[in-house]
Amino acid sequence: MNQLFKRLEDSFGLTAESPRKPDQYFCTVDANKLVACITHLRDNEGFTILTLLTAVDWIEDGKFQLTYLLNNPATKTDLGVRIFIERDNTSMQSIHHLWGHAATFQRELKEMFGIDFPGSPRVDEPFLLEGWDDIPPMRREFDTKKYAEETYFPRPGRETNDPAQYMKQKLYPDE
Amino acid sequence: MEIVTKLGFVLLGLVIILNWGLIMAGIIRKIIARASMRRGISITQPYINLFKNYSIRSQITHGVMFYLGPVFRLSGGVGIFLFMPLIFGSENWSNFSFAGDLVLIVYFMFFGMLGMALGAGEGGHPYSAIGISRGLAQFTAIELPLTLAIISIAIQYKTLSITEIVAAQQGGIQNWTLVTNPLATLAAMISFLGAMGHAPFNVVMAPQENPIGPPTEYHGTFLGVLQTNRAILHVIEAVLWMNLFFGGATNWIELILKSFFIYFWSVFVGMVFPRFRVDQSISWLLKLPTLIGILAIVIFLL
Amino acid sequence: MNNTHDHNPEKTHQKFLAPENMPRTVIGPDGEEIHIDPLNDYFCSERPKVHEPANNKIIEKFMNWARAESLWVLGFGTGCGSIEIPPLLSPRFDAFRYGVAMRPTPRQSSVLIISGYLAVKTLKRAIRSYEQMQNPKFVIALGSCTINGGMYWDSYNTINRLDHYLPVDIYIAGCMPRPEAILAGFDQLKKRIKEGRAEGANEYARNFDWYKSNQKKIIKDWNMPDYNW
Repeated sequence: MNQLFKRLEDSFGLTAESPRKPDQYFCTVDANKLVACITHLRDNEGFTILTLLTAVDWIEDGKFQLTYLLNNPATKTDLGVRIFIERDNTSMQSIHHLWGHAATFQRELKEMFGIDFPGSPRVDEPFLLEGWDDIPPMRREFDTKKYAEETYFPRPGRETNDPAQYMKQKLYPDE
Repeated sequence: MEIVTKLGFVLLGLVIILNWGLIMAGIIRKIIARASMRRGISITQPYINLFKNYSIRSQITHGVMFYLGPVFRLSGGVGIFLFMPLIFGSENWSNFSFAGDLVLIVYFMFFGMLGMALGAGEGGHPYSAIGISRGLAQFTAIELPLTLAIISIAIQYKTLSITEIVAAQQGGIQNWTLVTNPLATLAAMISFLGAMGHAPFNVVMAPQENPIGPPTEYHGTFLGVLQTNRAILHVIEAVLWMNLFFGGATNWIELILKSFFIYFWSVFVGMVFPRFRVDQSISWLLKLPTLIGILAIVIFLL
Repeated sequence: MNNTHDHNPEKTHQKFLAPENMPRTVIGPDGEEIHIDPLNDYFCSERPKVHEPANNKIIEKFMNWARAESLWVLGFGTGCGSIEIPPLLSPRFDAFRYGVAMRPTPRQSSVLIISGYLAVKTLKRAIRSYEQMQNPKFVIALGSCTINGGMYWDSYNTINRLDHYLPVDIYIAGCMPRPEAILAGFDQLKKRIKEGRAEGANEYARNFDWYKSNQKKIIKDWNMPDYNW
């Protein structure tokens, strides 16, 4: 695996991380080299399966992190290829030509994070949220609790307890 | 005055047949449940379902044919009943049977299906249309062995009157068509499996298929009429097979017992065998059962 | 990506309409023009009617007994509770002996079981199924998700209180309730029907505007008629 990273380092400017599990590796590449990188991984290095395509919202840094989780069925190793893209300029190259099911992941990301993938099939159609007219709900500036309380008629009388305080009160009521 | 008495007996017979149909459905469901290690429904459950369906408050309609579909289906069932001699040797319980009643009854068996096709088609649900086209295609194949068997016994007894066919079978088990013409009986009993709508020929109505087939859109009173018809139809078709192949009945107890066991034959096969797809069932029915039917005719022609 | 709010109902209606449901004009075989508006042709937008119980007390009592002893459940599963329903029909719990049976079509069934959390997308389908059922119809709500949102109470996409959208007859608490609890719930529903208190369908018809406004508040792509039998 380290040899693979060494080979890729020269051509794609890839930064490898120390593996978390013996069969799971992560690396970071430049966003505009991503498609070339994973095409190479798929065609030449045996990472033929796209397991997952997901996003993380780093609101403090103003960035979205996209993780393309690839799997090599021959060696049974996972490789997560990460990229960071700007939060405001949320557009990324589509990879639906490499894996057909990537279009569904991209459709979901468009809906949940507002990351656009131009050219991806049906990317603008609603996936889970039919007729959603607010900001995409998985972005961290979206206040889920406030939205739910305004929209869904919360039933009064619901209490929330801090577990530590609650148990202390129960067990040692005198202190 | 005679016709009034006649009508009275016909209505009474219809009531008895209907109630026996409902009770028999309950008993059969109970037996099926026990066979699969359940307690199962109570025997009165078909009655309760019927009352409940007639007490639904709101009905919606999709047009005139939608109303007439269940009516045609019921008149198909009642039509078979009207021309079916129930008890041999009894003038009162032989309904309106006449010299050519067998042909009319075979016609009525298809009549209900066609009426249902028109009604279910007007319902507009795609599952109804799929269900009814499957049903008609399969029923055509089911009728073929039955028709061949009927032609065979018509040649054998040289009559198309059910009463005369029953009369020819009196005097012990050795005179039944079952013994004198086993090939025709075999073909007809295979066709009986299909006519009763149990596995392996229940692809049309099974709830696990396209939801419930032709009556997808029928509810409330419409469904109540269909259930009433089904209770009548199951018994009266068992009675037809009884008259043709199992020596008829000379009293009500005999009729009830024989119709139960004939009906149970289809349940028994249905419990054991899985379901045919419609293309499988048609091609199966057109092979061996049809050949048996043709053989039964050829033997009596020679 | 910030979609602009579109509050014009007429326009919203058009925006969410599937292409095959758009009103259009086709040319017939003889050259005549045929106007097709699938929403009006395929569905009925008539309001639900209140069907009063029968005047005669004995008849109504008998009918309620029949309705209670023959509960036909619509096979509509949502959330984790739909896993608890199939064991009901297995030999171990055997709900058939209480007159409970599953029906695959909403026309013939009288009980709708909302078996757990309801996403907005599912709620739309649940409402359509409920409205296609015939009066009298009953709703059983399983699990705490239908009572106050349960563990999804602060989610952006699941409802909190089912009784704001559909008239609920019986709540069965638990997360999830065991099949025994569901059987007990059926028993309570039977009692309620026999006492003549299960008039959810009439309540829905009487408070139709309130229910509909609640439903439309969260189903923003309302692209069907208000009441689609």
